[in-house]
Amino acid sequence: MKILVCISKTPDTTAKIAFADNNTKFVQEGVQWIINPYDEWYALVRAIELKEKDPSTIIHLITVGAADTEPIIRKALALGGDEAIRVNADSHDSFYIASQIAEIAKQGGYDLIFTGKETIDYNGSSIGGMVAELLDQPYVSLATKFELNGTTATINREIEGGEETCEVNVPVVVSCQKGMAEQRIPNMKGIMGARTKPLKVAEPVAVDALTSVASFELPPAKAGVKLVDAENVGELVRLLHEEAKVI
Amino acid sequence: MSVLIFIDSADGHVKKSSFEALTYGAQLAKQLGTAAEAVLLGTVADDVAALGKYGVTKIHHVANETLNHVDAQLYTKAIADVATASGATVIVLSHNLTGKAVAPRLSARLKAGLVAGAVGLPNTAGGFVVKKGVFSSKAFAHMNVNTAMKIISISPNSFQTVAGEGTAEVVAAQVTVDSPKVKITATNKVTGQVPLSEAELVVSGGRGLKGPENWGMVEELAGLIGAATACSRAVADAHWRPHHEHVGQTGGSIAPNLYLAIGISGAIQHLAGVNRSKVIVVINKDPEAPFFKAADYGIVGDAFDVVPKMIAEVKKLKGVA
Ligand SMILES: Cc1cc2nc3c(=O)[nH]c(=O)nc-3n(C[C@H](O)[C@H](O)[C@H](O)COP(=O)(O)OP(=O)(O)OC[C@H]3O[C@@H](n4cnc5c(N)ncnc54)[C@H](O)[C@@H]3O)c2cc1C
Repeated sequence: MKILVCISKTPDTTAKIAFADNNTKFVQEGVQWIINPYDEWYALVRAIELKEKDPSTIIHLITVGAADTEPIIRKALALGGDEAIRVNADSHDSFYIASQIAEIAKQGGYDLIFTGKETIDYNGSSIGGMVAELLDQPYVSLATKFELNGTTATINREIEGGEETCEVNVPVVVSCQKGMAEQRIPNMKGIMGARTKPLKVAEPVAVDALTSVASFELPPAKAGVKLVDAENVGELVRLLHEEAKVI
Repeated sequence: MSVLIFIDSADGHVKKSSFEALTYGAQLAKQLGTAAEAVLLGTVADDVAALGKYGVTKIHHVANETLNHVDAQLYTKAIADVATASGATVIVLSHNLTGKAVAPRLSARLKAGLVAGAVGLPNTAGGFVVKKGVFSSKAFAHMNVNTAMKIISISPNSFQTVAGEGTAEVVAAQVTVDSPKVKITATNKVTGQVPLSEAELVVSGGRGLKGPENWGMVEELAGLIGAATACSRAVADAHWRPHHEHVGQTGGSIAPNLYLAIGISGAIQHLAGVNRSKVIVVINKDPEAPFFKAADYGIVGDAFDVVPKMIAEVKKLKGVA
């Protein structure tokens, strides 16, 4: 079994979000970068678990980004994975990134491609679906559970108001979310080992981005909270009914 | 040239998020001076022609039962075929679970720029720019769509449904449907409950509620006002509540009309999933809880005292004993 795990670099969840150059650029000063939580906690850890069960499994990590994404990919390698591939390109849009991943995937002949359910910066939930279409493979999105039996995967995925279980033969692309696995902390051995794991750099294929950011905008600040006394809960209910008109 | 809206259904019924998509698509068509048409996959019990009240004139119906289950590959092909045959230049979907499975595939298949999670109509003065949430609702981006064919998936609950008069012409669409590669073997749905992503009102609980045994009052209050229930990550991690109720940066992102947070501190990661809610109400015993800064209304008090009182007051309001 050969698994490709897509890894994205995102700002830390507590990063201050600010924009410069007339609201066209995200201010990166002081921002801590992390592995996109969905990629790390669910996609990568589930792949590692599959390898623990079947040691013949090969895990490759892929990221599309400039050289400054290497610390992130090393961090991911510290958790697990045999080698990493960095496509040396600034990210443009989802389609551009997906096209690069699909290109590497075509050459690598992977049975499984895992992505996180979305990145916490662009929130597109798009890469997995695009890669699947470019490879003409089935796509199971928002998976909460993944089991492998030979070449058949049994996957739970979220549907509105519940879950469904499905079966699909590999190759398949899966986007992963909570439930798939539990978060892990890399240990010293993993961190040391990651330093010598191969990190290959591939040049991008020429693809046109389909979208681009015109500008950013911060949401307006809240006007301030209207506090109601705990002895007067009826007043809160009245306000919600008559003023906010929500109940 | 037309706008094609995808109508999503489950268990024989059109989803509420599709009414929003239909309204959005109809208004966009008007803005572009073109026709609004729709595509429906699978068979439904609902009156399809009546969906014309949301402003679509024609509905392409692929009444093939294979499509009663969402299969990203089959859906993509069917929608793309209808879009091509009907000469659509914009495709509109909901950014719900089906939309997340299908819209990116469609984008790659048609080489059409996708804006995933749009929160408003495009600005078409001199281009095609669509606003969407980024950084987990901490900001918005205005996205240029640079292709002739465009795809927009709209964030659920971010666009007001408008229903008028009118019926749509329903035409059978000629689309070949392959056999699915993904076989569904079981479905596990919480019935009789509003799905969180579609809920207009949400009552949510945090670690302040001390344990799963105390959720009775949360469910009772939610039931009384017709709300869905949600929770913080800490609560889902402790297995007090099911994972699908977890909202926030690493859980569901929602935008209901009312978000009532009980015993939730309001960590930045939690706020990221709920701060698009129109009205936020916080009940927390700590006056310094960060959630109050993001709230519209609040009570500083003990949930075990305030929530039962709130239940009694809502009962009074609704006239139930
Ligand atoms: C990368 C990352 C991602 C994360 N993603 C998410 C996410 O998606 N969603 C999420 O929710 N969290 C997320 N978190 C966790 C987040 O930082 C908080 O730890 C979490 O939201 C806390 O949950 P809580 O408010 O229920 O619990 P606590 O922080 O323990 O807060 C409990 C609150 O209840 C109040 N309280 C206690 N007793 C009572 C009472 N009797 N009556 C009234 N109030 C009472 C307390 O004053 C306190 O404010 C994430 C964290 C990280 C690092």
